[in-house]
Amino acid sequence: MTVNFPALGLILLLPALGVVFNLFFGAKLGRSSVNLVGPGVVFVAFAVALVGFIKLLAMPAGGSLSFTLWPWIHAGKFAVDVSLRLDALSGVMVLVVSGVGALIHLYSCGYMGEDPDYARFFTYMNLFTLSMLTLVLADNLLLMFVGWEGVGLCSYLLISFWYTNQQYAYNGRKAFIVNRVGDAGFILGLLTLFSALAAHGVWTLNFVEMRGHIALVGPTIATAAGLLLLLGATGKSAQLPLYVWLPDAMVGPTPVSALIHAATMVTAGVYMVARMSFLYRLTPAAMDTVATIGAVTALFAATIALVQPDIKRVLAYSTISQLGYMFLGVGVGAFSAGIFHVMTHAFFKALLFLGAGSVIHALGGEQDMNKMGALRIRLPITYLTMLMATLAITAIPGFSGFFSKDAILGAAFTSGHTGLWLIGVLTAGLTGFYMFRLFFMTFHGSSRVEHERLHHVHESPPVMAIPLIVLAVLSVIGGWVGLPETMLWGNAFGRFLVPSVGEFKPALEFSEAMLTLISVVFSVLGIALAYVMYIQQPELPGKLADQAQALYEVLLNKYYVDQLYDWIVTRPLFFLSRYILWRGVDTYGIEGVVEGAGLTVETGGGVARRAETGNVQHYAFVYLLGAIGIAAYYLYRLWH
Amino acid sequence: MVPTSYFLALSALLFAIGVTGVLVRRNLIVMFMSIEVMLNAVNLAFVTFARAHGSVDGQVIVFFVMTVAAAEAAVGLAIIIAIFRNRETVNADELNLMRW
Repeated sequence: MTVNFPALGLILLLPALGVVFNLFFGAKLGRSSVNLVGPGVVFVAFAVALVGFIKLLAMPAGGSLSFTLWPWIHAGKFAVDVSLRLDALSGVMVLVVSGVGALIHLYSCGYMGEDPDYARFFTYMNLFTLSMLTLVLADNLLLMFVGWEGVGLCSYLLISFWYTNQQYAYNGRKAFIVNRVGDAGFILGLLTLFSALAAHGVWTLNFVEMRGHIALVGPTIATAAGLLLLLGATGKSAQLPLYVWLPDAMVGPTPVSALIHAATMVTAGVYMVARMSFLYRLTPAAMDTVATIGAVTALFAATIALVQPDIKRVLAYSTISQLGYMFLGVGVGAFSAGIFHVMTHAFFKALLFLGAGSVIHALGGEQDMNKMGALRIRLPITYLTMLMATLAITAIPGFSGFFSKDAILGAAFTSGHTGLWLIGVLTAGLTGFYMFRLFFMTFHGSSRVEHERLHHVHESPPVMAIPLIVLAVLSVIGGWVGLPETMLWGNAFGRFLVPSVGEFKPALEFSEAMLTLISVVFSVLGIALAYVMYIQQPELPGKLADQAQALYEVLLNKYYVDQLYDWIVTRPLFFLSRYILWRGVDTYGIEGVVEGAGLTVETGGGVARRAETGNVQHYAFVYLLGAIGIAAYYLYRLWH
Repeated sequence: MVPTSYFLALSALLFAIGVTGVLVRRNLIVMFMSIEVMLNAVNLAFVTFARAHGSVDGQVIVFFVMTVAAAEAAVGLAIIIAIFRNRETVNADELNLMRW
């Protein structure tokens, strides 16, 4: 059942108004008005989304709200509208995006308070919110693509927000270009699927209609489309092999890292795969690829996170790793578990970034954990809230991350992907280690803060502390909507999503408690190891790094993947562009043709003008020759 | 009676002399006189054909040619005098402003 619900348009209109206001009037009207409008529109959008969501809850399962803003492309049998749909899946995502987004906007008021480009920051943030909500609410693949590109643009704009720094600007371009590779996959996948359906007379990109006719698509085409869309997802969601942009994206302002590069945009790939679940169910090959990429990325990124000294980079690799879990979840067919982890991850990872931002803010811009330590006394709110988030991400029972990660790992095992499950469990142990390494290095042990920074250290103002507290509460209780089936109300979240993404059917039966126990044991082992290495014997990590120097170097340098890409992609491209396309094709080919045309005319004119001697007798002579020629011709004709 | 071809040959000869004079001499007055020679060569050809064909058309045209030649002489000499007043020369080689 679908009900027309015009207020859906309001969810997009509000951030759009925010963009217009901040862009044209923000700088003139000053901080207080930007403070009001920037976060305000997102809060109101959240309220509207909440109203819609409650309305949706009141409807029977499988219902949805929809609203068509305007007709977009109508050509022959093909029609695409700018229309929105709020079903269970998009409902959850809209609440997460606008809710967490609103909190981060609020936090930004404090964090970015000193920045001269305040209005521009909120313009971009509102634009991002608008794009992300478009992506999530779109009822067809093409409108989703518009949002998909929009969030990519905002990501670029915000990574290089402090554009006067060359490196930041470079990192922004890197993110944009790497995403471009993925986006090419997305649009090719879209066209593959569209042409396969159109060949059977179904001219549509609408999710509901595509879902209804998906049986017309053959297995080969389905696999091809699934893999191409997956390429798009790996770009946006920073999975192997296109994850390289995300760690570098950390140069953007910390609220940006929290909102775009942790809580919302990077989960767009997972959302898209879940949204296209009807396609992926057709093709086990693509599903297995999704799951494998997810599991391998989770482990790969977690190992890098073990040794990074920069607090935001650890969190960046942790994000990549957690996104890997989500892909593992949707890849093994547990779409709702994947989305569940998207939600809980949005809570605790946004909190971790905001907490890290609070620490960085307190230390006047310091990000190196080797220059932190013992901050728990000076930053009590940050300390406690970060603790909640860290416990949530390490999947300690009772905290939100536990339920979602447990659901994913359980699904991985019971669907028969034992190897991937093992990787996931191993990664859980690594997660426990690197997260508590971060936590202990920042808040415990002895203070290594530089002396001149030390007396500036202060707890964040309420405008930053309140979002931390709200997110901390959500990080703790946010997972209770999806308990294991045997407890209390069971997996209410999973049941709610079934109409949108279908049901997970386990291939084998296994004791859920046993699986949970194993992954918890791994997490606790990781935490214990971090405790030993960073609290009990702080000299141990240094010794270990000396002993396993080679391994340490490889991890510290992120497996040299950036260097590898530099050699096999960037440098050949630069060489091709500079020496062949620019100095070869452009200089000699294109400029040759253009300038050659000019040169030909000029040379020809130079020769021809010599005939214009200005001497009448020369002209007369030529005239005579002509006359003789004509006479000769006619005489010749006459005689023959 | 003198054959027609003799007249035509003389006409051609006069015409050739005129052409050569226009092309090779540099003095504007001489070039002008050469043009008159060419015109008169043509006149001679006209009257020759008029007599050979027993028609007066050619002779009438000769009067027109002579009229045009008179007008041309008046205008042409006026131009030459104007040039001479400006440039103090009537040498064609030195009148080369309209060139590259």
